[in-house]
Amino acid sequence: MRSALSSTFALFQKDLQSELRTRYALNALLMFVVTSVATILFALRSDQPSPSTLSGMYWVVVFFTAMSSLSRIFVSEEERGTTMTLQLVASPSVVYFGKLIFNAVLTISLTVAVTLLYTIVFSEYFIIKSSSIFFATVLLGSLGFAAAATIIAAIVAKANTRGTLYPVLSFPILIVLLMTVMNATTKALEGAPFSDALEDFQILAGYILVMTGGSFLLFDFVWKD
Amino acid sequence: MIDFELTVNGLTKEFNRRSIFRDLSFTLAFNESLAITGRNGSGKSTLVKTLCGLLAPTRGKVEYRSGGTMLEIDDAKHKVGLVSPYLQLYDEFTGLENLLVLSNIRANGTSDHDRALHMLERFGLGSRQDDYVRTYSSGMKQRLKYCFALLHTPQALFLDEPTSNLDAEGIEIVKAVVREQRNAGFLVVATNDEQEAGWCQRRIDLG
Repeated sequence: MRSALSSTFALFQKDLQSELRTRYALNALLMFVVTSVATILFALRSDQPSPSTLSGMYWVVVFFTAMSSLSRIFVSEEERGTTMTLQLVASPSVVYFGKLIFNAVLTISLTVAVTLLYTIVFSEYFIIKSSSIFFATVLLGSLGFAAAATIIAAIVAKANTRGTLYPVLSFPILIVLLMTVMNATTKALEGAPFSDALEDFQILAGYILVMTGGSFLLFDFVWKD
Repeated sequence: MIDFELTVNGLTKEFNRRSIFRDLSFTLAFNESLAITGRNGSGKSTLVKTLCGLLAPTRGKVEYRSGGTMLEIDDAKHKVGLVSPYLQLYDEFTGLENLLVLSNIRANGTSDHDRALHMLERFGLGSRQDDYVRTYSSGMKQRLKYCFALLHTPQALFLDEPTSNLDAEGIEIVKAVVREQRNAGFLVVATNDEQEAGWCQRRIDLG
């Protein structure tokens, strides 16, 4: 068990170091966040958006940014021809959890970046009145995104039409997560008490568990040819 | 003497109902070597991938045994070294980093730095160990693949097109590796070259 954890962490370190050097996902992520938030800013002009509109747009930015960057984790291995090298040195479970941790870190960084930009750009309207709900939503939402995105990325990496397949596959799988995090974020902006969002957190926790467990079982078949 | 052997029984591989090879059976034990020959597209590389556990067979079994005990394929992979044109290393890492990173993942978070340096020196990459692999020539990349394959002292060594892109000096190093491997485990060579096939005691011709 301990040795598998060490291998998983070594794989995560490899991906992190590789990403910092190649910026495969980081560049796409940053450009998408900046351009999409700027577009929303121009679209709204002087209109005063409601909390539900703001939370909806917040997660739309996260969703499409995640779609443009999270798939790279497996696609880059396929494109560089290093998939078989990884298959030779690591078991499927080590690869799955190593990539999942990397995607989780990337998604959390993404939500932090979007939150910071939103706070600066929409400083008048984007006021987090219930920070405990907001941070719990962002954390659970990011983990849910990462759990779903990792297995979808693994499936898509084996396909020929990678670019179009990823959002098409992701949307139906992520719709439950998106609706729940939008709902919880609206509550955070409206200043609802923490207990009001408990049901949302239960759904998010269940989603993460089911998605991670299911993906772990499925990954063996996806990873091996 | 190391008790490590490979047993192949009724091995068949098909892609979209096209048969690549059919009903292969053989055993490879310590000190033995096998050449896989055949024309282009006859399935040499596919057979090597299947033997290394990188491809699942359509039918049949590939079994590794150590000390009489059958190994799970993921455990057996830790005893396998592979040099092949379709196995790539990371361009964004240096030669030394590639060996240490992959060794870390394979060996549960630990790596043998001295062994990595020794392998790089042996294959003539010592002076370029801190250069990014993207700056390496194809021959240097092939040498680095040997360093990677031999880093964990494998008991089974699979060489697919073993001298591809190598110069005369590189080929001599490979011949020395082949001689050593015949005393350290077993060896499988997939090749079209008669001379390379002659390194092995036995041969399977895929046609």
